[in-house]
Amino acid sequence: MSKHTFTHLDALESESIHIMREVAAECKNPALLFSGGKDSIVMLRLAEKAFRPAKFPFPLVHIDTEHNFPEVIACRDKLAQDLGERLIVRSLEDSIKRGTIVIKDESKPRNPFQSVTLLETIAEFGFDACMGGARRDEEKARAKERIFSFRDEFGQWDPKNQRPELWDTYNTRVHAGENIRVFPISNWTEMDIWEYIGREKLYIPNIYFAHEREVIRRGGNVIPVSHLVQPKPGEKVEVVTVRFRTVGDMTCTAPVESIARTVEEIIEETATTRITERGATRMDDQTSEASMELRKKEGYF
Amino acid sequence: MSTNTQLLRFITAGSVDDGKSTLIGRLLHDSKSIFEDQFSAISKTSEKRGMAAVDLSLLTDGLQAEREQGITIDVAYRYFATPKRKFIIGDTPGHEQYTRNMVTAASTANLVVILIDARKGVLTQTRRHTYLASLVGVPHVVLAVNKMDMVDYSQARFDEIVAEYKAFAAQLNLHDVTCIPLSALNGDMVVDRGDNLNWHKGPALLEFIETVEIDHDVNTSDFRFPVQWVCRPQTEEHHDFRGFMGRIEAGEVSVGDEVTVLPSGRTTHVKDIVTYDGKLQTAFAPQSVTITLADEIDISRGDMIVKTDHLPPKVEKEFEAMLCWLSEAPLDKNRKYLVKHTTRTAKCLFSRIFYRVDVNTLEPHEVEKLNMNDIARVALKIQQPLVFDSYEIDRATGSFIVIDEATNNTVAAGMIA
Repeated sequence: MSKHTFTHLDALESESIHIMREVAAECKNPALLFSGGKDSIVMLRLAEKAFRPAKFPFPLVHIDTEHNFPEVIACRDKLAQDLGERLIVRSLEDSIKRGTIVIKDESKPRNPFQSVTLLETIAEFGFDACMGGARRDEEKARAKERIFSFRDEFGQWDPKNQRPELWDTYNTRVHAGENIRVFPISNWTEMDIWEYIGREKLYIPNIYFAHEREVIRRGGNVIPVSHLVQPKPGEKVEVVTVRFRTVGDMTCTAPVESIARTVEEIIEETATTRITERGATRMDDQTSEASMELRKKEGYF
Repeated sequence: MSTNTQLLRFITAGSVDDGKSTLIGRLLHDSKSIFEDQFSAISKTSEKRGMAAVDLSLLTDGLQAEREQGITIDVAYRYFATPKRKFIIGDTPGHEQYTRNMVTAASTANLVVILIDARKGVLTQTRRHTYLASLVGVPHVVLAVNKMDMVDYSQARFDEIVAEYKAFAAQLNLHDVTCIPLSALNGDMVVDRGDNLNWHKGPALLEFIETVEIDHDVNTSDFRFPVQWVCRPQTEEHHDFRGFMGRIEAGEVSVGDEVTVLPSGRTTHVKDIVTYDGKLQTAFAPQSVTITLADEIDISRGDMIVKTDHLPPKVEKEFEAMLCWLSEAPLDKNRKYLVKHTTRTAKCLFSRIFYRVDVNTLEPHEVEKLNMNDIARVALKIQQPLVFDSYEIDRATGSFIVIDEATNNTVAAGMIA
């Protein structure tokens, strides 16, 4: 018996492909949530590996907060077009117009409202399974979530009532009106994502690489200046060399100071960093110890 | 970080009293896998709760729902890496529902670390953990004799515990047992060897899990390919393409090999092994690939492709299995359930409960029904034939889950005898 090399990336990749194919085979009307961020770009490559030479047996769906970095939206559109796959975009603005979302302060993060538009989109298309690029190493609420995470008809996650998940035998069954969130890259870490981006030579938005940017410092965070975030009186605008470790809502995604201009340099930096990805960059997760858990219970990813 | 590292999944079995959380904390801390913001968060909480030192067990403690309702969620996953390997730890907290939680976490593990307190030696719970590890077929077992600092790092005490443990383990179906003395509190023999256990000539815990051979944890002999999805692009470019997608669960296959499709029994040859990265000459478990065949045979999801000259799997509608009941609602022999086995789902009936195993004494007991956490030998009748191996030969083709159609919950895990 010959000895084959099978690296951790090969193992993770094969696991993710297996999960995506189970979704395609067992769910009636699945979708793949795609934002143009690095994790969802990895998801797209995994979907190509799972289903080519055929088309994806599901559309790509983006819930746009309209607070996204323009570079990320451009990347989202380019990748969907290059792949020739169907992209459905639904905007929080639509929900605002419908009156299902009421915004009090334009400069505040919109992440908490994403669940509303996501649930409306799920209802509009009748999706019974939504695949997302969340990882268990991101946050402690995610660490305890299943790969196939069952949601009730209100889209809610009930952490204490999760289905046991054994071997790689996934229970995908739902009653009408309920749905499942599926996380094919649950077991990947931030480092695995970067190594895979390097190995597969994936195209990602350039704001992941070090660049000069106008920022202000507010409450211990470095905040990018944009049309949504302007300096308050007394705050000084600085130009700093930064990169983004995550790319979410512009009002709550902080860049990190970095000079890493290539994937290799980012891998090196990731190997030596002492702060978690969300800890460094997501102000919305810092508001309370349980912020992610609360948002997930409301139907957030 | 090298990209040629392997992935090893392990679980830890033991209670808080055995120093389980401290051991995980020690592994993460000494391998520099705890981030500053995580550390500062648990330091704050430790201080708030009036603790003198930082409680590393808080790293895996967690959700508001758990704190409010005094429950623990069965499995939390943690990740860390060294230059040699990547690790996934399945952490199963608490004493409640221990059987259910450990079976769940162990089902995907390469290795289990069974912790015991050197002062207490082999206890009932040690036997229970070891039995469950053997039941679920975890390939490698580490007996971690912790709190060696509390017994003066005595080699005689360690030897005594090891002798008792090995005598017990010999009755069970365990292939690879390694015993390591350590002190999670002081860090001896966890990541670093320390100065207190110089008489121990074997590896420290991290060194062992970094180097233990795991290539053969999947069955490498008999090719098994459950068909997940049939790929028919029906585009001009791929007009006649008909590929069978799936993950190789055991063995390997090459272009030209004669294969049999089960349950139909039709034979043909492998034409191509297709992947996104190009065609392969040979593919092996656990790769996900697409196989095309020389002849047009009716094949759908749930069928299994095997090599004709390999040991054939069984194709049966009735079989016996060890079952772990996971649900609060007990097993009802009058009801039909669903079995999901590889890529096939079918209705089933439990025709007989032979006995329930007392996981503490390993004694069989006759019972009429099964409750949550019960482990039992049962007989099943399936509406249509399944293509399977015994669990001992192949974890992937010998395992199944049971689903309650009324609630859609996963109510049991089965291992085919």
